[in-house]
Amino acid sequence: MYNQTEIIKDTSELGAEGELVINMGPQHPATHGVLHLVVTLNGETIKKIEPHLGYIHRSIEKMCESLTYRQFIYVTSRMDYLSSHINNLGCALLVEKGMAIEVPDRAKYIRVILSELTRIASHELWLGAMAMDLGAFTPFFYAFREREMITDIMEDTCGARLTMNYIVPGGLMYDIHPDFQKKVKAFITQFKSKVTEYEDLVTNNVIFQSRTKGVGILSAEDAISYGCTGPVARASGVSCDIRKLYPYEVYDKVEFDEVLETAGDSFARYIVRVKEMNQSIRIIEQLIDNIPEGDFVGKTKNVLKLPKGEFYTRVETARGEFGVYIVSEGGTTPHRIKFRSPGFSNLSVLNHIAAGSKIGDLMASMGTLDLVIPDIDR
Amino acid sequence: MFSLEGITTNVQDWLFMKFNPTLALAMECVIVILLAISLFAILGLVLVLMERKVAAHIQIRLGPNRVGPGGMFQTVADTLKLIMKEGLVPDLADKFLFNLAPFVVMMVGMLLLAPIAFAKNFQIWDINIGVLYISSVSSLSVIGILMAGWASNNKYSLLGAMRSGAQIVSYELSAGFAVLTIVVLTGSLQLSEIVNAQQNGWWIFKGHIPAVIAFVLYIIAVTAETNRAPFDLAEAESELTAGFHTEYSGMRFALFFLAEYINIFIVCAIGATLFFGGWMPLHIGNWEAFNHIMDYIPSSVWFMGKTFFLIFLIMWFRWTFPRLRVDQLLNLEWKYLLPISLFNLLLVAVIAILGWHF
Repeated sequence: MYNQTEIIKDTSELGAEGELVINMGPQHPATHGVLHLVVTLNGETIKKIEPHLGYIHRSIEKMCESLTYRQFIYVTSRMDYLSSHINNLGCALLVEKGMAIEVPDRAKYIRVILSELTRIASHELWLGAMAMDLGAFTPFFYAFREREMITDIMEDTCGARLTMNYIVPGGLMYDIHPDFQKKVKAFITQFKSKVTEYEDLVTNNVIFQSRTKGVGILSAEDAISYGCTGPVARASGVSCDIRKLYPYEVYDKVEFDEVLETAGDSFARYIVRVKEMNQSIRIIEQLIDNIPEGDFVGKTKNVLKLPKGEFYTRVETARGEFGVYIVSEGGTTPHRIKFRSPGFSNLSVLNHIAAGSKIGDLMASMGTLDLVIPDIDR
Repeated sequence: MFSLEGITTNVQDWLFMKFNPTLALAMECVIVILLAISLFAILGLVLVLMERKVAAHIQIRLGPNRVGPGGMFQTVADTLKLIMKEGLVPDLADKFLFNLAPFVVMMVGMLLLAPIAFAKNFQIWDINIGVLYISSVSSLSVIGILMAGWASNNKYSLLGAMRSGAQIVSYELSAGFAVLTIVVLTGSLQLSEIVNAQQNGWWIFKGHIPAVIAFVLYIIAVTAETNRAPFDLAEAESELTAGFHTEYSGMRFALFFLAEYINIFIVCAIGATLFFGGWMPLHIGNWEAFNHIMDYIPSSVWFMGKTFFLIFLIMWFRWTFPRLRVDQLLNLEWKYLLPISLFNLLLVAVIAILGWHF
């Protein structure tokens, strides 16, 4: 029979006396994808977390180098699949900037409305998944009820529910569905009446608050030095909303607040995202009735060629700053392309904020970082 | 009125008339064992379906609705699937303990069934130290869980089992003290005595506020003791995948699964017996007509109704609350529940001595 003491002997070779090394993932319910965390434990206390990446690496950047400027946009939907529309937008903006393509106002408005809908959908999924990480299953279904309305709108408009691929350089692939405005308004009414349910079920729950308050604290300095962006940095008081700082499309014409919290803990990150959903609703409300008439796509050349040089644009996805960097040699395909994904930088703080806490806290910290693994690996 | 009392007496009389006493007793044993096992099976099927339906309604969905009318046979189909599945044993597991663990957990459930009064005079074993028996036997289940966690040779299982050990041992104290308050009020450890003492009113009404506090403490403690959310740290699926039963599959897993539901039933049945008068119908003071109408509802229906109400309560918890963290769980017990229950016991003792309860 197997000698039970050997269990301890095995781990002592890996770490110090009394340490337990656990491979969390690549198949694990809390990592939401193929993230592999090598967690060193001392009892229930985490000593070190080492994320291992590469399980879903598809070399998207390399693939993009052999695709034309019209084609490479669609691959980016597969990176951060929860804000695929915003990824597409970032790439289209770069091509438009590089070639000085005029985008009609109608397309700009629709792009922003869909971006904000995407942001809400992404935050809804995060809300459900995060509550599930903390052991509450029901919020998941409540969040998906509203998210479903958005995906239906997306299906009507773009023909797809997850990877939209709706944006082309110069505008949109086709015009919006006739019911678009009606459905978006119905969604806004539904969302406003139901968002209080999240407050009752999650935000004001004593157990939820005790699980997230003071857990995974990230200071503003650390957020900057680790390169965190999006809600993660804003929860630490770092103002980094690209929509405010470097407005693109029509974000300079709409009124909305950049949500900032100062606590920097998991609860602050939660609050930032919930408030951001309300801000997105505010943006949509301002735009939905004022979509100008006109063309949905501007005039472009049949073959797109970026002039020789280096180009960079950034957009604010649901997770933070998404940057596209292209080196062009003047051909029809990029010479070198690099995506700056928000998830990668946000993941890098995990060891910093979760080491020294309990296993349960790791779930709260990791859940509020809102990691999408294909975005990190690409 | 329809009563199970007549059936048990008739069966006993008939057996003792036909056979000699030893044989009759042996046959009674066999009948009781068969009944207990079939009760187990039926409870498992009903409670799993109930959990899924309750969860579905809380989560704005339909729940199982394909197999049989309203999904009635869903759990039957699931059980068949589990029976036919391969029961995998990890290579480096301690085979003997690994196989033994689900049976230990299961056996504890069976043993606990004995002193419960299901209806008027319908009880397997009316032992005079019933409450003591229950609290001592229910402590055994932690051994099965520790055994499963250790024998699996899996780090998640080990962590889950250790959590479970700390949790069950701590929360037993609160559960014990909550039960003791009723024992102090009744002055007896025998479950049938406790039920009879509630003839003119259930303890939750008669025992003033201390009984209500004891009931709340009891519900919290048994939720923790049965490893149910928000205290499901031993399983904690987002943290430890499945905790102590990570490596279990097939019928061995089904036994753990079944034991969980049986344990819920048992703790709720004991809760109903202690605080809600077991099979006693609801009587209000001098309302003769009302009391008579209540008497017409069979005692078994009263018992099951109360038990299933408490089960629903525990299921409701599970689908509403997030999970506590392990240190918060122990803080809750040792810093809040235990002092409260000790003080509450003192209060009840004063009330019982001065005879302030009704």
